[in-house]
Amino acid sequence: MHNTGSRSADSPLVAEQGPPLWLLAELTYRCPLQCPYCSNPLEFANHKDELTTAQWVDVFTQARALGAAQLGFSGGEPLVRDDLVELIGAARELGFYTNLITSGMGLTEQKINAFKQAGLDHIQISFQASDAEINNLLAGSRKAFEQKLAMARAVKAAGYPMVLNFVTHRHNIDEIEKIIELCLALEADFVELATCQYYGWAHLNRAGLLPTKAQLDHAETVTQRYRLKLAAENHPCKLILVTPDYYEERPKGCMNGWGNIFLSITPDGTALPCHSARQLPVSFPNVTAHSLSHIWYDSFGFNRFRGYEWMSEPCRSCDEKEKDFGGCRCQAYMLTGDATQADPVCSKSPHHDKILAARSEAELPQPPIEVLTFRNERTSRIICKG
Amino acid sequence: MIDFQKSQVPVLRPGFRLQWEPIQNSHVLLYPEGMVKLNESAAQVLLLIDGERQIKGIIDSLSDRFPNVPGLDEDILAFIEVANAQHWIQVR
Repeated sequence: MHNTGSRSADSPLVAEQGPPLWLLAELTYRCPLQCPYCSNPLEFANHKDELTTAQWVDVFTQARALGAAQLGFSGGEPLVRDDLVELIGAARELGFYTNLITSGMGLTEQKINAFKQAGLDHIQISFQASDAEINNLLAGSRKAFEQKLAMARAVKAAGYPMVLNFVTHRHNIDEIEKIIELCLALEADFVELATCQYYGWAHLNRAGLLPTKAQLDHAETVTQRYRLKLAAENHPCKLILVTPDYYEERPKGCMNGWGNIFLSITPDGTALPCHSARQLPVSFPNVTAHSLSHIWYDSFGFNRFRGYEWMSEPCRSCDEKEKDFGGCRCQAYMLTGDATQADPVCSKSPHHDKILAARSEAELPQPPIEVLTFRNERTSRIICKG
Repeated sequence: MIDFQKSQVPVLRPGFRLQWEPIQNSHVLLYPEGMVKLNESAAQVLLLIDGERQIKGIIDSLSDRFPNVPGLDEDILAFIEVANAQHWIQVR
């Protein structure tokens, strides 16, 4: 096993780096939907290779030995892998808590039951809105919404805990009350009201997606009202509202720190510290060439932004750097062209004006959904020449 | 806070799993997209929650094993209340 040019043998280890606890397995970039806020890389069509069943099982085995306990099957749409039952079975056998993160497209009651038999612990279904028309428009599929409703009911009927994930943005966030009511009617255990994070295709379409401050305030008020109501009823459903960091003055402590607890493997085996890191001008290792232990503890890519030495000002001397790690490296790179800059969300960043400009832009009329750039192979190839 | 009767039976919420993690040297509670690292006493109570044993049985079992701990039953009841409020368990 050759090394990835990390550091010389006698350089000090990063202070007691703990194990990866979460493994995200992006099994494929193939997907029947075309959501314009997809977090997959713009150039996904250039990455056609997929690990084999045996290679994935080897990844799971190594990750489990390192200490990973949570495993997410994601994509693309993981259901298009015809070895999914086998992968679930192998992962569960290893002791992972197994999560299937799906759009529900291609899901059937037979599959739901087969996954259960294989040991699947939980299914998360993502919705695009509570209203069939807008949902179908966003997902690029007329049948999508009815299918999702039917599958959400089947997931609960099979005895799984269920997370419903609604991606919200300026075109549907005002429907938040209807969204919450729908989730409660479907008996979701957890509801993620996830405002778009502006990576991948969502960054490309940001102006058409970012809600206004007033829209966001309304969503927070409604969510809080429902939280109090649920608490008063001792109702077990938990509402999680993920707000866009574009309205914050301090950045998020992205991924709990670079290469700290989270390990993502892309369809072709590239290992990343977060699922959008592929766009960074950093070389990331591949599981077909290196052990996961080397990748996690020793590779250049995973050590690139660990600790604080890489930081520039204002982060370097900031007394909040241990709380937010300077924010998100991908966002810093996308908005400033330099991944070592402070995340521009921070009001101390010299690039914070980019965030303020996006907020101002959100107050202006924006194009309707139909003209957003939908995520599909043809567009991917036009945007990113292979 | 709810005052539970000692005859009531706690059970882990469906889809939640208690598991020993050697790398973390602790028990963890796993649930959809989440994980709680448990301290020793929380783990000892949860390990006895099997959907059949009454709260009284949990207290008796731990009292036998830790006979010189004062206020053990109050601690166990307090933890069960917290675990119920967190919706980690259901109490029937």
